Amino acid sequence: MLRAGLAALAGHWRRHPLQLAMALAGLALATALWTGVQAINVEARSSYARAAALLAQDRLARLVPLVGARLDEADFVALRRAGWLVAPVIEGWMPAGAARLRLVGIDPLTAPPGALALPAGEAGGLAGFITPPGRFLADAATAPAAAAHLPGPVAAAEGVAPGVVVGDVGIVQGLLDAEGQLSRLLLWPEQPAGLPAWQAVAPGLRLETPAAAGDLARLTDSFHLNLTAFGLFAYVVGLFIVHAAVGLAFEQRRATFRTLRALGMPVATLVALSLAELLAMALAAGLAGVALGYLLAGALLPDVAATLRGLYGAAVAGGLALRAEWWAAGLAMAVAGTLVAAAAGLVRLARLPVLSAARPRAWARASARLIGGQAAAGAGLLALALGAGALPGLPAAFAAVAALLLGAALVLPGVLAAALAAVAPTARGPVAGWFLADTRLQLPGLSLALMALMLALAANIGVGTMVSSFRLAFTAWLDQRLVSELYVTARDDAEAAEVREWLAPQVDAVLPIWSVEGPLAGLPGEIYGVADHATYRDHWPLIAAMQGAWDRVAAGRAVMASEQLARRAGLAPGDALVLPGGVRVEVAGVYADYGNPVGQVLLAADRLAELYPQVERRRWAVRVAPAKAAELAAGLAERFGLEEGAVVDRAAVKALSLGLFERTFAVTAALNVLTLGVAGVALLASLVTLAGMRLPQLAPVWALGLTRARLARLELARALMLAALVFAAALPLGLALAWLLLARVNVEAFGWRLPMHLFPADWGVLLAMALAAAGLAAAGPARRLARLRPAELLGVFANER
Amino acid sequence: MLLEVDGVAKTYATGDGPVAVLRAASLALDAGQSLALTGESGSGKSTLLHLVAGLDRPDAGRIRVAGREVGSLDDAGRARLRRETVGLIFQQFNLIPALDVAANLAFQARIAGRHDRGWCDALAGRLGLGPLLRRWPEELSGGQQQRVAIGRALAARPRLILADEPTGSLDEATGEAVLDLLLGLVSETGTALLMVTHSLRLAGRLGGRVHLAGGRLQPC
Ligand SMILES: Nc1ncnc2c1ncn2[C@@H]1O[C@H](COP(=O)(O)OP(=O)(O)OP(=O)(O)O)[C@@H](O)[C@H]1O
Ligand SMILES: [Mg+2]
Repeated sequence: MLRAGLAALAGHWRRHPLQLAMALAGLALATALWTGVQAINVEARSSYARAAALLAQDRLARLVPLVGARLDEADFVALRRAGWLVAPVIEGWMPAGAARLRLVGIDPLTAPPGALALPAGEAGGLAGFITPPGRFLADAATAPAAAAHLPGPVAAAEGVAPGVVVGDVGIVQGLLDAEGQLSRLLLWPEQPAGLPAWQAVAPGLRLETPAAAGDLARLTDSFHLNLTAFGLFAYVVGLFIVHAAVGLAFEQRRATFRTLRALGMPVATLVALSLAELLAMALAAGLAGVALGYLLAGALLPDVAATLRGLYGAAVAGGLALRAEWWAAGLAMAVAGTLVAAAAGLVRLARLPVLSAARPRAWARASARLIGGQAAAGAGLLALALGAGALPGLPAAFAAVAALLLGAALVLPGVLAAALAAVAPTARGPVAGWFLADTRLQLPGLSLALMALMLALAANIGVGTMVSSFRLAFTAWLDQRLVSELYVTARDDAEAAEVREWLAPQVDAVLPIWSVEGPLAGLPGEIYGVADHATYRDHWPLIAAMQGAWDRVAAGRAVMASEQLARRAGLAPGDALVLPGGVRVEVAGVYADYGNPVGQVLLAADRLAELYPQVERRRWAVRVAPAKAAELAAGLAERFGLEEGAVVDRAAVKALSLGLFERTFAVTAALNVLTLGVAGVALLASLVTLAGMRLPQLAPVWALGLTRARLARLELARALMLAALVFAAALPLGLALAWLLLARVNVEAFGWRLPMHLFPADWGVLLAMALAAAGLAAAGPARRLARLRPAELLGVFANER
Repeated sequence: MLLEVDGVAKTYATGDGPVAVLRAASLALDAGQSLALTGESGSGKSTLLHLVAGLDRPDAGRIRVAGREVGSLDDAGRARLRRETVGLIFQQFNLIPALDVAANLAFQARIAGRHDRGWCDALAGRLGLGPLLRRWPEELSGGQQQRVAIGRALAARPRLILADEPTGSLDEATGEAVLDLLLGLVSETGTALLMVTHSLRLAGRLGGRVHLAGGRLQPC
């Protein structure tokens, strides 16, 4: 019985191979997009985790300089002498050809127990590690490239983050030109009793807890959240396809199911057979999907890695490891998705009465009634989105986005039905009247695909508006902010002073770019020194300011705060801020600082040097007539023998920033296009499967005197009309989405708000794309209809009842 | 002659080889005449009607309707023939699911550009469809659907009515009433009627009868 039953069910797929292909392709695509995004996230997170776990830094408290990046080795010596168990670490970038290497110097002798495992059995062992030229450790991908730039051999070691090279602290100090300097001191978890307070021994330090040190993961979280949301979105759109294909297969096999029941097959067996069939499909499509997702992740990962490196300085391996978890998770998602998508069909199957005439048309009309209920639920969700949009916090912002999209999707069929009903009385001629009535009857069957199309279009409009608004704001901001013609970095403070002296008589101004790192309002921050100059007064992009703000800054009493810092700490002009070391200053103004995850303040340069004498004074911004800039740059390089990259002009800095920006959104653009593609496939799947069901509805109209060609044209027109209507619905939805992304999600995730701009030309392109997708999807079925042999249409009359 | 069928042959390709349904079928029917078509189930009666209506093309032979050679018409020409000249009452009714009863009833007359409200209302009354006009096709019984299909074919006042067992789903009294309506049209308006039926009693009320067997038509 089982075999016969299965054969009867599977026969359907053999007769409708395209439908089977659609279901499998939808499922594979959904799984692929989901696993691809997950693969990227997992790979990036494992890179962060390795970076944080190096030397157990994710678990240990550490002492860091009060301000600035380096502390004096003397502090380490003093603390050790006082009995404190501390381990020194130095970290810094070393140029390595076109790229650079992150060097981490450690001291294996004082490292906390269990924190560092040198590869066992290494030739030379400990002695080889600490005696020049030393030995180095890096991950398998980094090691070969790093070896060329390091004095000693590099061994591949597990557990070292990508792009990082670990060596002995003394040797790394030498490589970084940082003799006698350290980045931080790790505190052993167990300290001897009766120690003097560390503040007394080393007053220039502060304690940082491991939680605050997990910056990288926290900073990049919002980026990964965005990716995850996109992956989930694509997955849901993919499930629409599966639902459409599987649901129609159930409808079309109604008669078969009923006959099998009538011939004595228990309903439980029938459901079990259907489940087995679905699982087989899910596994086949899931495997293909995971493989596809792996390829997708491999293609996108370099861009993601570049983005993360540029935005957050986070190193992520460029290659993927094929993990067993993915296969399991991908298959689980495929199976879960199939079951969700097929749930409605299975329930209907379980409740199918043995007798009672098959009434596919009644099904369509009952679904039409369902549309009303759906619309009500959707309206509720839209109200919820409105409420969540007003609440603070990233989760609320994402909840608003989700409720908005889901609510709009549910409302869509109702809106379309209402629109069709509204124009129906104006239809002239019986064919137009039938066309509109018939289109309404098609809505339940098409609604899922139309929802998918609308969501994809809205996501395109929303994300496109966000990215374009961002690009506009970002380039304008760069133009404002990058006013200096040249940027010079000297090798040390002394040389910088010479450079300044040499430049001063030849140019309009030499402005300092000095900065120290230190906590601001409890979070990592930067303090920049600025001169009192028109460059800042006239060009710096202020969002809010007090009267005479620049005068107050010039007097050393006040600072300008970046938008990120102001939002995080709730600062407005006039508020007080405590600088590292305890100095209180006033916030005179707030400025836009796009793309910088770290809070920042501008302080008068003299005051900066006074408060933090250890500040490096190596960089200058040079104001000079633009025509003279190139000549001056050449002169500088020649006079001081500065290396390449030490003198850059404005255009180069701008190009660098814009390049970074474009790569940041390359991933978004790729996912956007993929999602639209998935929606196109969803529409195609629905139209192809519906085409089979359509014949009984079209045949009578044909028999009464409409040609097949005319009917085919009407079918095509229907698809185009629906696509246009869906686009009209997607436009306001996409703009609402853009507003949420710009005004809510961005502010919560990155700390800055962007003005929203509209790009109607992009909408035109998108409308054309939507029409093309709908036209392409409808062309196949329409062509088939135009060429249908009359015998097939007549067959409908014989078979239908 | 309004309808001439001359040596028509039709073969269907099926799963187990070609099936010759019609071999050399011939008949003639003039305006104001009625003819009954009988034959065993599966003998090809519906096939013949479909060929006459221009729904399909014969493999051989000629069919002339109102002076036009059906086989030589292109797609658009045959669609026009179905719209304007022929009223086909299907064995399976084939109502349009997207339209309610009233719209179904008027549909063919409308697309033929011959909609006459009074005539439609009269047909609805004579077929007992008055109370059903706002219903949807799937909410009707088989007999009710058949009456809508009959009304739809007559609403356009076709010159040739092709009726495929128009009374098959009707009780005897309703069947007689429907036949009265059809024959009334034939005598009053000069319409020609070709009607398939299994009932010899009903066939006897028509002007003549042909029997389809072995793919050929025999008068009787
Ligand atoms: N589209 C088709 N494809 C293949 N064979 C067909 C097709 N339509 C009809 N036939 C076959 O042609 C033969 C004649 O069918 P037709 O419907 O014309 O018979 P009929 O005389 O109208 O029968 P009934 O009295 O049962 O309605 C039958 O054997 C049928 O199986
Ligand atoms: Mg028949």
